[in-house]
Amino acid sequence: MDINIFVFIMATFLGIEVIRRVSHLLHTPLMSLTNAISAISVVGAIIIAGQEYPAGHQYANLAKILGVIAVAAAFSNVVGGFMITDRMLKMFKPEARAKQQNEKGGQK
Amino acid sequence: MKPLLLLSTLILVFAGPVLASTNAGSGEQEWFVSYTYILAATSFILALKWLSHPKTARRGVMVGEIGMLLAIVGTLISHEVMSYTWIMIAFFIGAAIGVPLAVFMPMTAVPQRTALSHAFGSLAAALVGSAHYLLNTPDISTFHMIALVFEMLLGFLTFTGSMMAFGKLQEILPSNPMVYKGQNFLNFTLLGLAVASGVYMIIDPSALWMFPIFIILSLMFGVLLILPIGGADMPTVIALLNSYAGLSASLMGFVLDNKLLIVAGALDGASGLILSIIMCKAMNRSFTNVLFGAFGATTAAAKADDVYGGKVKSVSAEDVAMMFEGAQRVVFIPGYGMAVAQAQFAVRDLANLLQAKGTSVEYAIHPVAGRMPGHMNVLLAEASVPYDEMIEMDDINPTMPQVDVAVIIGANDTVNPIARTDPSSPIAGMPIIDADKARNVVVIKRSLSPGFAGIPNPLFAMPNTVMFFADGKKAIMDLIAAIKAAA
Repeated sequence: MDINIFVFIMATFLGIEVIRRVSHLLHTPLMSLTNAISAISVVGAIIIAGQEYPAGHQYANLAKILGVIAVAAAFSNVVGGFMITDRMLKMFKPEARAKQQNEKGGQK
Repeated sequence: MKPLLLLSTLILVFAGPVLASTNAGSGEQEWFVSYTYILAATSFILALKWLSHPKTARRGVMVGEIGMLLAIVGTLISHEVMSYTWIMIAFFIGAAIGVPLAVFMPMTAVPQRTALSHAFGSLAAALVGSAHYLLNTPDISTFHMIALVFEMLLGFLTFTGSMMAFGKLQEILPSNPMVYKGQNFLNFTLLGLAVASGVYMIIDPSALWMFPIFIILSLMFGVLLILPIGGADMPTVIALLNSYAGLSASLMGFVLDNKLLIVAGALDGASGLILSIIMCKAMNRSFTNVLFGAFGATTAAAKADDVYGGKVKSVSAEDVAMMFEGAQRVVFIPGYGMAVAQAQFAVRDLANLLQAKGTSVEYAIHPVAGRMPGHMNVLLAEASVPYDEMIEMDDINPTMPQVDVAVIIGANDTVNPIARTDPSSPIAGMPIIDADKARNVVVIKRSLSPGFAGIPNPLFAMPNTVMFFADGKKAIMDLIAAIKAAA
């Protein structure tokens, strides 16, 4: 147990140090990327939804339903989170490339 | 690409021997799962590290995706997972929700999408916690029970809280603060009851009858917490909900004894925390003030006439076009109004026109402009504004006196000089973009109506300020036409 607390504290401090350096430009993509990363809870949901339940447990079916909903909810963030982050980051261009795009009439 | 090379080497070193072994007994299988989890955690940290600059940011997303894929595949093949049908169906449903939200959402709706994804993430954590509790009660140790109760509390309250934030941002719900007498007292009582019912379950894990009460109290607290939050406080609140959703996922890691979940959740929690602190600093307010202060609801919009009376100059597009004539340096200061008017593409066109005439153009971005952190940057990037032209408040303020024309479009409180001068104002001490120090100021606005803080803006009545009353997008297009006609 204390190893888990140790891991949590280290990860928090590491997270703070790394994220402090993220450019203010990218705060919106940062939020969608961390959101996609924390959708790793899909792993916990998969274990709940896919495990073998103790025979005849009265809440087995309910737990399975909750697990399956959790997999769907978390997986929507896995897919959507990475996709929209990349979609946003693709738009951030340095001077030269943005100007090129402008001359072609820009996007849309 | 060096780090990517390093990563793939790591994959080979760690996973290679396991993959190569023909006799994949369950012991080696578990080793493989552990390796994929270690790699996934490493890749998430790298992903965030590479997000520090737009040049490397997309590489970060790719590494994050690889990490996620590894972790999911690792879990699927672990011996704990016995049946796959429903998991695959859930993947399909999740993708059917997630992909359209990512592909078709317009960039102006990114704050809503973010709120919705916090709701999904925290719902997953809360449901996994609930299922774990139902399956294992009463054989859960006190330590696990503590983690479990707080995972569910944060999960459920973030779920309803984020749905409320989504409703307000999507304007399904009224976006102004909803306040009533005794609100804070009721909120604290409700939170106290929710925690108390959770503590009861920690002491007696077999108390199943308490479980639904605990869930309902947590869900209700989430709703009531967001009711008094107004539109302009959304950046802070979204960041805070982000932090809660991460913490909830991290606590799930404690419950399931899964270090990957602990690490990923902690990273998300840290990110939300940092963003909320930045947002609070940018408004010179505390967390408690944002959450319980019901900002913008109570301030009397008095003495607007004293401030504006006879001093406001209204001008036409032609007059503004003349001001641009011979201007060396123009700075655009966007606010949420630009997003509402969808004016970012028109602003970009105007900037191109000015730059073609040799004028230098920049954009000054206030940290809390818009409805979520970084909102303005994404909108301008969507309109192909190069990121090197978007300047942070602290970097542009020292050079504001050298700006010939500052064009304010859809911003109000973030350029209100009263924040510097009047200690009794609701925005006293809030850092602002020093638009008033520019040689000339053009304010594009539909009327003299106050911003979120509900106070008049003396900037509009300054001698070097002109008001161009129009819808943001139409105003910029008229300006473009006027400049072209004059040439």
